[in-house]
Amino acid sequence: MTNLTDQPLEEQITQWREYLRRRQAVHGPDVEELEGHLRDQLTALTESGLTGDEAFLVAVKRMGSLDALSREFARAHSERLWKQLVIASDKTDQPTNTKRNEIIVVVALAIAAGVAVKVPELFGLRLSPNEEVPPFYFRNASLFVFPLLAIYFMWKRGWTAASALWITLPFVLGAVFANVYPWRTVVVGTGPRGSDTQILSILHLPIALWLAVGFAYVRGRWFDDGGRMNFVRFSGELAIYYVLIALGGGVFTGFTAMMFASIGMSPEWFIGPWLIPCGAAGAVIIGSWLVEAKQSVIENMAPVLTRLFTPLFTLLLLAFLATMVWTGNPINVERELLIGFDLLLAVVVGLVLYAASARDPQAPPDFFDGLQLLLVVSALAVDAVALWAIAARISEFGFTPNRVAALGENIILLVNLAWAAWLYARFVRNRGSFVALERWQIAYLPVYAIWAALVVIVFPPLFGFR
Amino acid sequence: MDMSKDLVAASATPLVLAILAEGDSYGYAIIKRVAELSGGHLQWTDGMLYPVLHRLERQGFVAAKWSTSENGRKRKYYRITKEGRAELAAQRQQWKTVDGTLKGIWMQAVTV
Repeated sequence: MTNLTDQPLEEQITQWREYLRRRQAVHGPDVEELEGHLRDQLTALTESGLTGDEAFLVAVKRMGSLDALSREFARAHSERLWKQLVIASDKTDQPTNTKRNEIIVVVALAIAAGVAVKVPELFGLRLSPNEEVPPFYFRNASLFVFPLLAIYFMWKRGWTAASALWITLPFVLGAVFANVYPWRTVVVGTGPRGSDTQILSILHLPIALWLAVGFAYVRGRWFDDGGRMNFVRFSGELAIYYVLIALGGGVFTGFTAMMFASIGMSPEWFIGPWLIPCGAAGAVIIGSWLVEAKQSVIENMAPVLTRLFTPLFTLLLLAFLATMVWTGNPINVERELLIGFDLLLAVVVGLVLYAASARDPQAPPDFFDGLQLLLVVSALAVDAVALWAIAARISEFGFTPNRVAALGENIILLVNLAWAAWLYARFVRNRGSFVALERWQIAYLPVYAIWAALVVIVFPPLFGFR
Repeated sequence: MDMSKDLVAASATPLVLAILAEGDSYGYAIIKRVAELSGGHLQWTDGMLYPVLHRLERQGFVAAKWSTSENGRKRKYYRITKEGRAELAAQRQQWKTVDGTLKGIWMQAVTV
């Protein structure tokens, strides 16, 4: 008797199996083994005259409590308490063939990203270890990978042709504005240098296009609940995974160089023009897939880092303010100062954003929220002092593209943090909810991308391509 | 008769190995055999057998193989290995020593 003909009994077995499957220490094959036992027992019990229900009660009782059982399994397989990404596949409900398909798609896209980096060589833009990298590669860096990443998400989330057309629009625009402008080569001091607006375009295009990737990530439903915050989480995890992959890639590159050098070969022609650029492009796709695959398996790292560094940055800012007040030293206004403080604000916004991403919005304010408020307020104070110092001398410097871009970014981040401080203060004093703060951060996301797009599109003609 | 948990746990390894030494078997049959041998006095919680089997498998004392049973279901069969037989012999020696010692003292108690 393979299946018990009793229909309700089958349902009870299914339910029992589902309970068992949720236990972390009990894996798929174990569930099968235990279910086999349960069925043998049921067969024997019904043959001895019990009804289906009675037999089920007795068999389950004899099997023992699931808690005790999974504790014993955990003791026999202590490694299962460490969540494993790769072997976890037997636990998920997805049929395995879509998993296998996904790996094929991911590997194909990663290879495509690597190939895309090499395509410009067909048109004479060569990557060679002895020459400088043509600026074309920097201008289009994000365009080699981001469209493929968007394709991955479109494939994964299932898109229609019409929406796919919409998503290609930002990438086409990005490609046009990154390449059509007649940038001038400025001669400064020691030699020729790329024009400032070109460098700004190189730095800002990825930020603008990342929003397009986000659009693909949320399946085009930008305003749906949770989608944008998931994209924020995804971005943070991808950054961390990318750094980890890059570290591994560095070790791999080092061994490649060392081993071939030991037999008198120089692999530089391979490392510089092939291994590093193709690997860096492919790693974005692979990293994204890892983040997607592990989102339910492994704890998110970005919020953990946030928890670690929020107190440290708060201390740093307070110590800085106290020292400045104590010694009366004015801020020494230099060329790069504004950019430095932009980065500081960006870090603080990141800390606020990732703290929000991991927080239960319904939980009441706790000590960490007070700390976040202190962080934001001290960052605002430090930035106000820096802006004051810069404003006093801005007429002296004149308006170069770099300075306008840096000032614009400072204002954008300042507005974000000022309103966030207000919302935090309300929340900590139980006047408002955390949801308002989360919503504010999420609603602000397109502002960064729009500003970045402005810098890419408007700045070069505005400043005469210098 | 209620057996102490520790004693049940300690006797599980030699019992399972001894049953497998009779021939390859699977979980449900092993449980049934234990009940049969002990005349129903040794009652295990059924599920608890499997962690024991898995631990023995990891220690290399038994080997496992999935195959299809006579009723068409997939079933995991266990077989004792050479190391398992050596372990069984060692455990048997230990249990004999314990048994002999206890017998000695209890026989005395009766005669006094």
